[in-house]
Amino acid sequence: MTRRGRASVITGVGVVAPGGNGCKEFWQLITSGRTATRRISFFDPEPFRSQIAAECDFDPLAAGLTPQEIHRNDRFIQFALVAASEAVADSGLELTKGSVDHNRLAVAMGSAVGATTRLEDEYVALSDGGRKWLVDPRYASRFLYEALVPSSMAAEVAIRFGANGPAAVISTGCTSGIDAVGYAHQLVEDGDADVVIAGASDAPISPITMACFDAIKATSARNSDPAHASRPFDATRDGFVMGEGAAVLVVEDAEHARRRGAHVYCTITGYANRCNAFHMTGLRPDGAEMAEAISRALGQARMRAEDISYVNAHGSGTRQNDVHETAAFKRSLGEHAYQVPVSSIKSMVGHSLGAIGAIELAACALAIENGVVPPTANYEQPDPLCDLDYVPRTARDQAVDVVLSVGSGFGGFQSAILLAKPGWSR
Amino acid sequence: MNATVITGVGVLAPSGIGTEAYWRSTMGGELHVSPIEAFDASGYDTCIAGQVHGFRVEDYIDNRLAVQTDRWTQMALAATELALTDAGYDVAGQDQYDIGVAFGSGSGGVEFGQREIQALWAQGRRAVSAYQSIAWFYAANTGQVSIRHGTKGPSSVVVTDGAGGLDSVGQARRSIRRGTSVMLVGGTEAPLCPYSLACQSASGRMTTSRDPRGGYKPFDVEANGYAPGEGGAVLVLEDAAEAKGRGTARVYAEVAGYAATHDAHHLWRPAEDSTQLTRCMRLAIEDAGLSPEAVDLVLADGAGSPDLDALEVRAIRDTFGPRAESVPVTAPQGLIGRLCAGGSALNLVVGVLAMRDGVVPAVGNLTNPVPTYGLDFVREPRRMPVDVVLVTARGYGGFNSSIVLRRPSEEMS
Repeated sequence: MTRRGRASVITGVGVVAPGGNGCKEFWQLITSGRTATRRISFFDPEPFRSQIAAECDFDPLAAGLTPQEIHRNDRFIQFALVAASEAVADSGLELTKGSVDHNRLAVAMGSAVGATTRLEDEYVALSDGGRKWLVDPRYASRFLYEALVPSSMAAEVAIRFGANGPAAVISTGCTSGIDAVGYAHQLVEDGDADVVIAGASDAPISPITMACFDAIKATSARNSDPAHASRPFDATRDGFVMGEGAAVLVVEDAEHARRRGAHVYCTITGYANRCNAFHMTGLRPDGAEMAEAISRALGQARMRAEDISYVNAHGSGTRQNDVHETAAFKRSLGEHAYQVPVSSIKSMVGHSLGAIGAIELAACALAIENGVVPPTANYEQPDPLCDLDYVPRTARDQAVDVVLSVGSGFGGFQSAILLAKPGWSR
Repeated sequence: MNATVITGVGVLAPSGIGTEAYWRSTMGGELHVSPIEAFDASGYDTCIAGQVHGFRVEDYIDNRLAVQTDRWTQMALAATELALTDAGYDVAGQDQYDIGVAFGSGSGGVEFGQREIQALWAQGRRAVSAYQSIAWFYAANTGQVSIRHGTKGPSSVVVTDGAGGLDSVGQARRSIRRGTSVMLVGGTEAPLCPYSLACQSASGRMTTSRDPRGGYKPFDVEANGYAPGEGGAVLVLEDAAEAKGRGTARVYAEVAGYAATHDAHHLWRPAEDSTQLTRCMRLAIEDAGLSPEAVDLVLADGAGSPDLDALEVRAIRDTFGPRAESVPVTAPQGLIGRLCAGGSALNLVVGVLAMRDGVVPAVGNLTNPVPTYGLDFVREPRRMPVDVVLVTARGYGGFNSSIVLRRPSEEMS
């Protein structure tokens, strides 16, 4: 069933990403083909199988957070607050001057693993270095409950911007970012909000996160060459490279945006998610469920495969994902799959779990705005099972009218979302 | 707009596994908050909780799956099994893309997470389980239920602390209105491991009473914080026409209205007034196309601390106006503790059972209501017709959520 609800548009973008903070530096990085993956510096990575990550050089104080905000919040919420501030400023919404009804201002933020870093740090302290199962609660930080429940991120964002509409964290693993923006799109369609501060954040570069992906060999062990370790679709890929960061988009009712004369990056024209009901981490090579999500999103948007001018891939760089995804594109887009440029910015900024879906949507909005397709860095050696145009190493100047962005995550989640240039018509 | 109805419920609560056991115990007013047994909690400020006894994991899932999952997921799998059985719904033979899962989640698989972080720090990274990456995170329940039952439709995980059970229904209703026939909703929690209890203690919102009877006492003059608890409920939501088409045995209730707001005031201090909670209740009633006069019963959040209880009473007064003193209000969760997202899901079950049986359970563990509250708190099980129920829940940090359940119309059932 298709719906004819209200249309939603993106009117503001904010990013905290590896290799540079803020939209501008982020866009420079991902169009230059440079990579922000490096040997882990946050802790000694020597004991781990994968010792590389895309880390943010993030100074929360310099980024405008108060010492109190920094003290009470895990890094993932700090990222979210900074990205949200940039996005809201970029949107031109004057929240204190009544340019939006606060009762109709909502929050939809995604995260896969929440405050995992702080939870690990605090546990280590409370359990005397992991020696005790029974922890000593007297050593607990005042803000541990906020760390336990990732909903704190939505609460912090709502409080900072005075958003009295619906607020939620969407936590569907590695599709959280797309699903949070998709949820925001639905809130606008259904008339439950005029403006939604939507996006995702994760800061998972911690010993326990590295260890848990080590245990299933999902992450790259190319430790001798961190800058070239994230190799989506390349025949020599050996897993994803952990990342961190956040992106926030201002998702707005199109009419509301028009009335206030806002700059519109793009329209959200379709969104769907499906589950593979197969395996928590495994993927069937046929990509059927992701293809179904793509087809449903196209149906909602009343678009055809041929309308898509760029596909922003999940492209995590694991052996099975890239095959699965390539098959999904062929299945849903037919011959057009071979014509349309497909790229993965995870080659440059790593895979920041739930956050990356939102970071990729920020990249898509900027691709439409600037008429540039970001490349897949490190793509050198074709894999016979991945035989599409992956935009190797160099960005491409071209008109970008319609973008498909997809995500795939543990739990079997498959999500697809379509963005179109304002005023697009066939 | 196609209507959304509830056709099945599955309960896993400290006061009983399965709907009838839970309901009997709730009607009997049995207190199921007790000293924590899983570990020595005597060093904690809070050492009582609502614990699910007699939950035999092997009755629901095999050992292979049990070792991959935290207790909260095992509970979600069990509650789903019970709900699908109750609905008489068999996923096999249906269009898999037509069925989705949307669960609320508060804190995920913390016990599993604690064990693996300890393994890492005490023994090194090779000791970390291959299942850590799929057992701790908040999407584990949605993913595992989807895999077990072969559901491929739109799925979600909504995290709004204690409001999550209601928000999962709100989210699922969006999917049903967009064409999905069936959604599994609700949530469970199992936050009673040593580390999780330490995290919860930090909020300063839990009771420090060592006596279970003196602990969680919503709306009581001695309200002093809540006791935590584990468990929750899963419900089967269906498009009304589709449910009728498959010949469903029963339609418990229609999900007639839903709304969510946020206080956007302060992370741990309650809002200065009840404006946003009131707005949430009113919006949900409006969304159902009703006026407050139509509401027969209020299932309250009943936070169990004086400031939050007073705010909720204020919101009920503002919502119902002159009728506020005569609309029955209950909060049976005083008997079992606060189950976070699982608790709000469970209160939806209370709503449908009250409607089914025409009897309303009392506020749990209420001895002396604060006299100035002046509401009609249900003190003994009360026989009364229940056609419209307002269920409200809140989440730490300022989340408000309300759902209006309505007796299904003739044509729905």
